[in-house]
Amino acid sequence: MSVTDAHEAATRAHHQEWARVVAALTRRFGDLDIAEEAAAEAFATAVERWPADGVPPNPGAWLTTTANRKAIDRIRRESKRDDKQREAQMLRDDDPPQPPGAIEDDRLRLIFTCCHPALALEARVALTLRLVGGLTVAEIARAFLVRETAMEQRITRAKAKIKANRVPYRVPSAEDLPVRVSGVLAALFLVFNEGYLATGSGTDPVRRELTAEAIRLTRLIRALMPRDGEVTGLLALMLLTEARRTARISADGELVTLGEQDRGAWDTALIAEGHHLVRERLATGERPGRYQILAAINAVHTDARDVRDTDWSQVVALYDQLARIDPSPIVVLNRAIAVAELDGPDVALAAIDRLDHKLAGYHAFHATRADLLRRLGRSGQSRAAYDRAIELAGNTAETAYLTRRRDQLG
Amino acid sequence: MQYLVSVIDDKSGSATEDEMTAIDAFNADVQAAGHWVFAGGLNAPSTATVIDNRGAETLFTDGPFLESKEYIAGFWIFEAPDLDVALKLAAGGSKACNRRVEVRPFFGE
Repeated sequence: MSVTDAHEAATRAHHQEWARVVAALTRRFGDLDIAEEAAAEAFATAVERWPADGVPPNPGAWLTTTANRKAIDRIRRESKRDDKQREAQMLRDDDPPQPPGAIEDDRLRLIFTCCHPALALEARVALTLRLVGGLTVAEIARAFLVRETAMEQRITRAKAKIKANRVPYRVPSAEDLPVRVSGVLAALFLVFNEGYLATGSGTDPVRRELTAEAIRLTRLIRALMPRDGEVTGLLALMLLTEARRTARISADGELVTLGEQDRGAWDTALIAEGHHLVRERLATGERPGRYQILAAINAVHTDARDVRDTDWSQVVALYDQLARIDPSPIVVLNRAIAVAELDGPDVALAAIDRLDHKLAGYHAFHATRADLLRRLGRSGQSRAAYDRAIELAGNTAETAYLTRRRDQLG
Repeated sequence: MQYLVSVIDDKSGSATEDEMTAIDAFNADVQAAGHWVFAGGLNAPSTATVIDNRGAETLFTDGPFLESKEYIAGFWIFEAPDLDVALKLAAGGSKACNRRVEVRPFFGE
């Protein structure tokens, strides 16, 4: 076997096995620090040894065994110093034995611990990417445009809080599950959105590594909780959004709006999978949550081979449904964009002008107004709205698009 | 494992009669469930005295050590196996006393 093959095998194993190894070690040793360190050491050993020794027949088992050994070595070293203290700080695991058929995967416990509601959302995101996703601290720091030392601190603080508070290492009870799952999904959606609409003037407009990681982790959660509607909804939403990624940014780095995208460049495999998931949820007849409705809206868009074929009344109906469970001004704003297609820009403008006091600091509010005013021939007001949107937008592709649109005004 | 649950208040004046009734009922439940360690309500921050005996003489200063709009009006100490249980208890406490609360773990035993 070539060195390249061995490295590829190690990379693949890292993708497939990292979370499983960390989760199993956390379960066994009750300590996130030990699990993370031992897993990292085991993977480093694999990279070192596999090219010479060959890839083991079961890489996952090899990694778990190696990591276990590393963890035990470390505990032996440290227990001579302070085993009482270590024991006191161990994470708790007083679950009764799981009934057969119940969720057995340790990775779920790991995800729920990383996304515990006592942690700030940004800490949940960082911990999840490190401990479940296996990204390095440097990679996470780069993705969120913070210094590596700051990211290291954020992760260390979060782990210390988990330990000091005895955050339990378990899947929440059925009663708490819906709320806790929504906390996990919120963290993953944030990772995805940061990848899809990256902020920062020196940044790529799309950060593929973040959207890909968010999808991978959501797939993992879906594999573990296949019957949770919102998990499936979020995965479908991500897939249908990701499908349009390449069509969304022009060759010169400008945002291309949904209406102007080359639909032939959309990823048909992702769209097919997304549509399949949306249909699967519809077939259950259960009342959909936020992510399922958003996925359905994206399914309507990706169903139209030409923007003129879009079923706008269906889009508006779905936004109405969404507004009933999430009456936020942003939902009203997005609904108005569909209303403009159905009833005309004047009706849409009247609807969003009522949001001025709530969304005055949100770039998309001004960008939408600017577009509606442009379509109504009110160039002066449109220009002012574009100016405000450009001022507030943080994404380079979006800024480029808005600037061109403004400069094209008569 | 013990958790300190501090009651955060921003108005002087103690709990209303309704709140006291709710707190008593909540306390009885906590005791029955075996989570009770201790609890107490505190007088206004203006009644506090700060003592500094680190130097040659003992210094007494009038008033709270920190002037702030919000202060601790009382607290519970709960015994709980983990944070999830402590958070549930704290949520019940917040509802009963009709105020925000903060949960903070003691050092593990």
